Amino acid sequence: MAKPLTRADGPQSVPALLHRNASEFANAPAYREKEYGIWQSWTWSQTRDEVEALALGFLELGLDEGDFVAVIGRNRPYLYWAMIAAEMAGAVPVPLYQDANAEEMAYVMGHCGARIAVVGDQEQVDKIIEVQAQLPDFERMIYLDPRGLRKYDHSKLDQYSAVQELGRANREKHIAELEARQAKLNYDSTGVMLYTSGTTGKPKGVVLSNRNVIETAKSSSEFDNLKRTDEILAYLPMAWVGDFIFSVGQALWTGFCTNCPESAETMHVDLREIGPTYYFAPPRVFETQLTSVMIRMEDASRFKKWLFDKFMAHARKVGPAILDGKKVSAWDRAKYALGELMIYGPLKNTLGFSRVRVGYTAGEAIGPEIFDFYRSLGINLKQLYGQTEATVFITAQPDGEVRSDTVGVTCPGVELKIADNGEVFYRSPGVFVEYYKNPESTADTKDAEGWVATGDAGFIEEGSGHLRIIDRAKDVGQMADGRLFAPKYVENKLKFFPNVLEAVVFGNKRSECTAFINIDLTAVGNWAERNNIGYASYQELARHPQVMDTIQSHVEEVNRSVAEDEMLSGCQVHRFVVLHKELDADDGELTRTRKVRRKIIEEKYADIITALYDGSKQVSTETEVTYEDGRKGSIKATLEIRDAAVQPTSHQMAAE
Amino acid sequence: MERDSVKDQADSYVTDDGRTIGPTVMEMKNITLRFGGVEAIKDISFDIREGEIRAIIGPNGAGKSSMLNVISGFYVPQEGEVWYKGAQRPPMKPYQVAQQGIARTFQNIALFEGMSVLDNVMTGRLTQMKSGLLAQSLWKGKAEREEVENREIAEKVIDFLEIQAIRKTPVARLPYGLKKRVELARALAAEPTILLLDEPMAGMNVEEKEDMSRFILDVNDEFGTTIALIEHDMGVVMDLSDRVVVMDYGRKIGDGSPHDVRNNQEVIDAYLGVAHD
Repeated sequence: MAKPLTRADGPQSVPALLHRNASEFANAPAYREKEYGIWQSWTWSQTRDEVEALALGFLELGLDEGDFVAVIGRNRPYLYWAMIAAEMAGAVPVPLYQDANAEEMAYVMGHCGARIAVVGDQEQVDKIIEVQAQLPDFERMIYLDPRGLRKYDHSKLDQYSAVQELGRANREKHIAELEARQAKLNYDSTGVMLYTSGTTGKPKGVVLSNRNVIETAKSSSEFDNLKRTDEILAYLPMAWVGDFIFSVGQALWTGFCTNCPESAETMHVDLREIGPTYYFAPPRVFETQLTSVMIRMEDASRFKKWLFDKFMAHARKVGPAILDGKKVSAWDRAKYALGELMIYGPLKNTLGFSRVRVGYTAGEAIGPEIFDFYRSLGINLKQLYGQTEATVFITAQPDGEVRSDTVGVTCPGVELKIADNGEVFYRSPGVFVEYYKNPESTADTKDAEGWVATGDAGFIEEGSGHLRIIDRAKDVGQMADGRLFAPKYVENKLKFFPNVLEAVVFGNKRSECTAFINIDLTAVGNWAERNNIGYASYQELARHPQVMDTIQSHVEEVNRSVAEDEMLSGCQVHRFVVLHKELDADDGELTRTRKVRRKIIEEKYADIITALYDGSKQVSTETEVTYEDGRKGSIKATLEIRDAAVQPTSHQMAAE
Repeated sequence: MERDSVKDQADSYVTDDGRTIGPTVMEMKNITLRFGGVEAIKDISFDIREGEIRAIIGPNGAGKSSMLNVISGFYVPQEGEVWYKGAQRPPMKPYQVAQQGIARTFQNIALFEGMSVLDNVMTGRLTQMKSGLLAQSLWKGKAEREEVENREIAEKVIDFLEIQAIRKTPVARLPYGLKKRVELARALAAEPTILLLDEPMAGMNVEEKEDMSRFILDVNDEFGTTIALIEHDMGVVMDLSDRVVVMDYGRKIGDGSPHDVRNNQEVIDAYLGVAHD
């Protein structure tokens, strides 16, 4: 463990933490990446040398204090170093989503006025070249992978290693300046600027100070007792605040090792090889993994399937209790130990979770069955609630108090309050400095006393003190008859079915609720294969009558469950369609973190929504789609509209 | 027989896209290949220049694959000479040709189905291995060092062709498009001077063709590998190649830039049927 540090004497910036690690844990591994089939590693002292060389190179290229450096690409140690190097040189690192299209990149880079961009490969270089005419401040690009770039005009383009060489060659010239710039960094200087994905409107640049980053890293590391020997796998987008805090903040604070996969496709193999002890994934990842386990078990021999079912039933019964350290009979413990030997252990190994000590999921609600599945295997999966503006952590579940329906208690140093309309407010050392060049939004979000509006509606559970989130505050509305409308609540229940990938519920200011459904091609496709149902495309599978029947039964089951909650019983889905295309971030329907953009969907599919409410049996529609390379096309389809059975509610009964 | 023009004899050649390609690295002179009474190739001459992408096109049965087999040493022509790197090549076994730096892929994938992708790619290095049987079976000294070096080259190729995720997968379990890519990987692992591709995109969908085209261009660009390829997809040929040889019934009926070939009336009549605009 790092020695305890206080504000007065501790490192006050991210680069200062790196220097501390380079002298204190010089030869411990800091970053690893699999390349050419082998895990290449860098120790803390090597990392410092690499980062310093790059920072000196930045100086030689003319980077000034207060400049912005855009960082774009998949998770690679070099790009993490680029962020630290930028701060060393007194600049502000701005990581961008690597799958963002050229216009999105142009907006963000133009907004912050980035002068230098450090990018992964040709794909990113091409995107920036496409929009560089719109970027007056932009000067140079530094790339990692030279592949395909040989013939490009190199007057504004440098290879990463060449910039480092440049830095090393000019060390004498710039080292004093570099050290002077680092000495000026303190708790109040900017550590990083992250753009929010923006469910509404343009992305906003969230400025996080070193105080935000370091205080958060410190308290969250202590909360979960993170150690220097921990290992994480960095695979989530670098532009997302969580990845910055895990792979830079906490990694530098505790000194654990950050591992980068070889490529996005090899993620699962790399996960198994590394066996991380600290792991984070959005619910979607856990869901996909569970689906693939279940699909593979369907193909297993009957004996194996029987064994799996039998032991999994036992695990569901006692697994979570054992994990929480509650009292479990010796016989059940023995049976669980046998299961561990035969099923749970090998399964965890296959999934790459053998060594997970602390696992988190956040971003969205996770299905109770999915959550319980992992916990029953003995994986300490917990939930946390946070956002970019809070430097991630607002609430988290402590060991032993883990449930699928809450997001935990307040993290150390965080205060919570619930407004009259149900909106959750917080105040903490992690609260962001401001939205860059946007004082109005800053004032709207953060009040003078430092309270920040989360935009989520929720309540604190009596007794346990756990926070429960219902929905986005602005999405919570009223139905025509005054009943509460909380679309996310219903959508989450729908999405807990493996067959449903995405759901959008409508009903604000209307008399009844309706829904759009996206099927999950993996799960439904597998079902189709098993039942000899042929299909040529997503569209064809989505409108298959048996698929429609299955989805209808899911909707009706959700209606039954929604009806049980008196407050929300008005949100039962009366009619639905299964959409002919997957909702996609490239079409602007989802954010890059895959959150539904309601307004855009409502406008784009207005014809289908009209049909949902005018009683028609089907609707013909044409939809524009954007391909990954930016080309546009369109899909025509005729969609069937189905009615779903709803449960009578107390409100209706009272009215009758 | 056509004779080399002045332009062809120069040390470098500028293509239609403004690319400069190098001097002749391989030359086929008056090749005739017979199977019994059938003349598969009739008195054909053409050259391959360093660093270019040379396409051989023609209708079915035109003798394209036979031509490729002559280059790779699998067939020995009855008449004519093969010149490689400025010297006439005596009749050789295919493995000797491979050792000289000519690697190929096959029209019908010829991989070791039961072996992993990595092992298949490693077989591409076999012609470069110099340690003896004993050293290799004991895996000591030179054999071990060689294995490490060869593995590194194989891994770089795997990285280049983006097949890391299937490194350990047995080839039999892969879809067709990926098998084609693994074949390319094996040929590339031999670090060839000339890469022969026999219908690299046959049976692929548009997306797979685009990927494969990208890889072929990248190989040519990144390693400077000279590429001779047979392909049926006209669009692909026109986009990829610097120069095209057109064959029909074993004869050469056209030779030149894609633009020239496209406008050659004899080629249009024999192969394309109608003029492309």
